[in-house]
Amino acid sequence: MMTDSRFFRRENGTYDTVCLQIDGVQTHARATDTVAAALLAFGPAPTRTTGISQSPRTPFCMMGACFDCLVTIDGRPNQQACMITVQDGMCITHQAGFRPLEEPHDG
Amino acid sequence: MAKPDLIIIGAGPAGMAAAATAANGGLKVHLLDDQPAAGGQVYRNITRNQDRLTHLGPEYTKGIPLADALDHPNITHVAGAAVWRIDDTPTVWYSLHGKSHAIHADHVLIATGAQERPVPFAGWTLPGVMPAGAAQILMKSSDLLPKDAVLAGSGPLLYLIAVQMIEAGQPPVAMVETQTPQMMMRAVRHLPRALLDRQQIFKGLAMLRKIRAARIPRYTAAHSFKAQIQDDLLDFEFTSKGETHHLKCALVLSHQGIIPATHLTRSAGIPHKWHKAQQCWHPDHDTEGRTARPGLWVAGDSAGILGADAARAQGVITANAIICAVRGLRPSIASHVNAHAINHRNRAQAIRAFLDAAYAVPPEINTPPDDTILCRCEEITAGTIRQAIHDGATELRHLKTATRIGMGPCQGRQCDLSLTHMLAAQTQRPIATVGMPRARSPVRPVSLGEIAALEQTD
Amino acid sequence: MEQGNTDTTIIGGGVVGLSVAFGLLKAGQSVTVLDGENADLRASQGNFGLTWLQGKGAHFAPYARWTKHAINLWPAFAQELQDMTGIDLAFQATGGYEFFTDNAEFDAFTADLAAQAKTLGDDFRYQTLTGDALRAALPGIGEQIVGATFCPHDGHVNPLRVLQALRVAVQRLGGVIIPNWKVHSISPHASGFKVHHATHAPRLTPHLILCAGLGSADLAPMLGFRTAIRPQKGELMITERIQDRLPFVSSTVRQVDEGGIQIGGTKADVGPDDRETTSKMKSLAQHAIAVWPTLKDVNVVRSWGALRVMTPDGYPVYARAPEMPAAQMITCHSGITLAPAHASTLVDWILNTQNAPDLKAFDDDRF
Repeated sequence: MMTDSRFFRRENGTYDTVCLQIDGVQTHARATDTVAAALLAFGPAPTRTTGISQSPRTPFCMMGACFDCLVTIDGRPNQQACMITVQDGMCITHQAGFRPLEEPHDG
Repeated sequence: MAKPDLIIIGAGPAGMAAAATAANGGLKVHLLDDQPAAGGQVYRNITRNQDRLTHLGPEYTKGIPLADALDHPNITHVAGAAVWRIDDTPTVWYSLHGKSHAIHADHVLIATGAQERPVPFAGWTLPGVMPAGAAQILMKSSDLLPKDAVLAGSGPLLYLIAVQMIEAGQPPVAMVETQTPQMMMRAVRHLPRALLDRQQIFKGLAMLRKIRAARIPRYTAAHSFKAQIQDDLLDFEFTSKGETHHLKCALVLSHQGIIPATHLTRSAGIPHKWHKAQQCWHPDHDTEGRTARPGLWVAGDSAGILGADAARAQGVITANAIICAVRGLRPSIASHVNAHAINHRNRAQAIRAFLDAAYAVPPEINTPPDDTILCRCEEITAGTIRQAIHDGATELRHLKTATRIGMGPCQGRQCDLSLTHMLAAQTQRPIATVGMPRARSPVRPVSLGEIAALEQTD
Repeated sequence: MEQGNTDTTIIGGGVVGLSVAFGLLKAGQSVTVLDGENADLRASQGNFGLTWLQGKGAHFAPYARWTKHAINLWPAFAQELQDMTGIDLAFQATGGYEFFTDNAEFDAFTADLAAQAKTLGDDFRYQTLTGDALRAALPGIGEQIVGATFCPHDGHVNPLRVLQALRVAVQRLGGVIIPNWKVHSISPHASGFKVHHATHAPRLTPHLILCAGLGSADLAPMLGFRTAIRPQKGELMITERIQDRLPFVSSTVRQVDEGGIQIGGTKADVGPDDRETTSKMKSLAQHAIAVWPTLKDVNVVRSWGALRVMTPDGYPVYARAPEMPAAQMITCHSGITLAPAHASTLVDWILNTQNAPDLKAFDDDRF
């Protein structure tokens, strides 16, 4: 299985970083990354499956024009990962199919 | 909040230049942009990168003074604002941090830029297949460079990205280019005018030299793209000069130029025109950016694809016209003030006809095979559309109601154009008579809770 | 001049015109449907998709009976269209709710249903529920709901697929649908009627049925009809698709078969303006959240306005033109609910067969 990201992060001076959890795995990202960029830097795995044919998708257009980057962020489904900046402690999970009606609340 | 004189939507080259011009002219400007920092896509993240990313080249750093000029007491820059509606008054509705707001001004400039032309081919929905511009956004915003990538398609941006990848030490695996010698032949007649902007031509030639020097394999007149997953990698199949090729890669970055982002202009009721050479719809406007809707203006690539330099010039031209309108000055005054910017725009425009012809959209992307997905959201294939046309659909609305194409969350941004082309081709009509689907607000998804909490309504 | 070579020409290619065309074709007639232009105001593309009985004709018995008749025909009609076209209409007779946030409105509607029950007798069943009883049955209902009514005869359907299936079925039965043929005027002719287009050559037809929805407003007087047709705007919103199912169907909030939540039910007399407004979007959103509070985080992906086709009293018109019985007008605002009746029983009235129903109560001479 392909485990390396399809992207190579060019280290270029120092950047502020944040800690994230992606599908249960602790990782970090640059503080200026969008969630979609952090996901692509993290690995090659699909970030959602479609609701109709259960096909795998990853972020596509990176500018808010395709909605293929929809993921669940901190329990909220259907979040547009390419339009949201990462935040320390964010918990991002793969979204399977269409969103559920109720958000799983943990508090 | 005091009522601004001008609301500008989009902080790309046109929006930033217009904001600075209007602010210097004494107008109170509200600049709404959906990104966390100014720059648009072309100068994305410029305020944070400054000149740190040298592989992005000198064109990119042109954004620095534009972004710096936004630091002006007359400019309120609202970052992260997703505009979802413009109504007649005109009032602009936008969502910011989960709350929607409405602001009114007598003048609204829509400078929302472009999106990449969707390029449907078999496998374009697979992980690892992306638009080339998306990869460039990742370079600018996150220093992420594509690994083992094939660049496929056509257009100046494809070469620019190739060069940026080479300079950054991650050259592409290959370039698979759709342009044909015939396209270049057709472009030659536009060359004399293009030479008015020699600088651009030289820049283009320098890019091609760098790609050659890096010994990147190039395939031309390529067609019949197909991506498949094989052993965890992508197998990219295409035909070039009668031969079928397979390339193993991690990424296929495809590109066929950019098109104006028209959801906002369409939903605001601005009439649009089909632009034959650019194969896309443009909001109809005069040379200063005025539309048929009172108070609504357009500038930059959202008004028609002319590139960043022209967009910057047009931002200045339109802002000066708006200043004249606000101050009740004769419109002819604007054209005097604008002489310098008009020169700039004309020079930047000079090369466009040449580029449009040389990197024309290959007709095959408009008529993909039956098993190709057109609508990524609703997963509707070209075959389903052909069947619906066979069953008697003769209008876009028939196809939408019959198949749900374009009715997913992207609201047709990835399939409207393919659908329009396909209906025109199947029913043998000129595309201008097929028209474009109607866009309705909210043009960006907004939660019911947010709409229920609107403080002001029309 | 283009000689019409069909028995009947139907003006209007929406749900009403196509239902009638479908019925006439099954009765062995040949039919041409003249559909209007892309930009025309099209009620059939904006409607809510209810097959609805409760409240209909509470104060006009013929309408209550006619609607009940159509509701009874719905299951077989859906099956027939589906078998013929392979298109799943997503018809479900789930029973339906009306939700109330205002006690006076709740009481008034309960009285309406009692009147409707008096007309329909044993054929009609319904329930009234207090807010608490409703919440006991459907625990997700919000506290703002003070009462509800439930009618087991109600249901819903995918209206866009009804339209598409009718279009396919009509063509499969040999009917001809001509798009972009907007009728400009109609004049009587020795062998029937002459139908004019702004630029095309006129068409001749021996038998004409006007089903042009809002388009009938201009055309009906040319045939001597008196009914004044006006647009009534309804606004709707649809959300992103949801994977779980809402446990109810109501006349204002329902989950479409694909998963999106559709919200509607506004009424405004604003002329031929079908644009969506933020004031109505806000009230629709507030209503949806009042009904089912967990909807608050769901995104709206599209809102739109659509124009209902209203007669002065709101009831359908089925009428022969004065002195020109070969021209008929059919107009109503519940084209989906009434579709099965329009495709069967109404055809007997159109063709004046022995089985023709008595539709005098719906004549144009009541205005």
